[in-house]
Amino acid sequence: MNYFTLDGLEVPFEEGDTLMSAARREGHYVPHLCWHPRLGQSGACRVCTVKVNGRLAAACTTRASADQMVENRTTELDAKRRLLLQMLFVEGNHFCPGCEKSGDCLLQATAYEMGMTGPRFEEFYPDRPLDASHPDTWIDFDRCILCKLCVRASTEIDHKNVFAIGGHGIDTHLVVDSPSGKLVDSRFSADDFAAGVCPVGAILPKRRGFVIPIHERRFDRAPVAEESWLENDASTRESTDDTGGHDEGA
Amino acid sequence: MRAPDPAAQKPVAPDNAASKPRIATVSLAGCFGCHMSLLDIDERLFTLFDIVEFDRSPLTDIKHCAACDVGLIEGGLCNAENVHVLREFRARCKVVVAVGACAINGGLPAQRNALDIGQILLDVYQHRPGLATGSSVPNDPELPLPLARVHAIHDVVHIDHFLPGCPPSADAIWAFLTTLLADGAPKLGRENLHYD
Repeated sequence: MNYFTLDGLEVPFEEGDTLMSAARREGHYVPHLCWHPRLGQSGACRVCTVKVNGRLAAACTTRASADQMVENRTTELDAKRRLLLQMLFVEGNHFCPGCEKSGDCLLQATAYEMGMTGPRFEEFYPDRPLDASHPDTWIDFDRCILCKLCVRASTEIDHKNVFAIGGHGIDTHLVVDSPSGKLVDSRFSADDFAAGVCPVGAILPKRRGFVIPIHERRFDRAPVAEESWLENDASTRESTDDTGGHDEGA
Repeated sequence: MRAPDPAAQKPVAPDNAASKPRIATVSLAGCFGCHMSLLDIDERLFTLFDIVEFDRSPLTDIKHCAACDVGLIEGGLCNAENVHVLREFRARCKVVVAVGACAINGGLPAQRNALDIGQILLDVYQHRPGLATGSSVPNDPELPLPLARVHAIHDVVHIDHFLPGCPPSADAIWAFLTTLLADGAPKLGRENLHYD
């Protein structure tokens, strides 16, 4: 078995592993937003940036090889991650007190883990129209962090290609594949893997928003760094698992 | 040589206000929820009053800051008076803290930022069903003018520390204040760090 070291600990890996997949299998936390164990690599968010033999690299796209010295949770790297998160926060409309995903949100939980208390930059306050056309699912494009998890889920697992990323630079945005551009006219279904994979509050189920009260949710119970591999693998939102029969929310 | 000030010859009382850190607080474009959360520290308020002196604050009704050690700002900036008050706090407080979601990123009031403020005023004061005939947008010179967009306070002045939450819990406020007063380095602890 080959090993690399992660913050001084030996991590075994198999041929073809990335640093992220090997580390997660061993239960080590490498901060990330756009990585998912069931989906292909993306390297979109850069939050998993580590130092490999002194050079910065995304853990989710870097192949593991023997004798790599990988730095992960150092003060320096966490500060860089905090900066990335602060940029993501001001780019979207991440007003946590008004978001159904709060407490269950990987962006928020990762920001807690990185010790982010404030925004640092000026807010963009984007104003993109909601898509509430679908009977079971709605999309708030102001919260999309362009991680491409829904794009990959819809392509690789659902085989529907419902989502894509369009535009360039500051105008980059999530698009829906349908004649009208609306979710209701696409092949999307609430049973799709893509329906439950959004790490933030951009793609949300309707009528489930407050089934679990604020401050009793997934990342209120345990910090993201302490979640086990298996919990992380179960990508579904807890709020969709628990059938409370309530009718609040969107 | 000047005659000694009689007041200065008094024995120093244990609660001598001059020796305590002075704290000023204000709610700008907020809902006073953060101030309610401050009151929620309950009996610890007695300890707080022992170790600090409150200056300008809704709790004291003092209208302007003296020189203070800490300024706690609740709420963002939605009108010209908010900006004026914030600048007074920055000028007179050594340490300025953004308390709560609205101070930190504009919060709920900033959800109007996608709308035109002139149109909002017309919709609310002139075109809304049920208004008295001849109703118009209030235009008293004493009313501070609304800003076109709501801003977080760090858009305008330097902020030393952020205390997130909507509102930050009483425990968060207590942990933050006691560590800030102890060594100038506030520590919240993971359990007290919430944005909601």
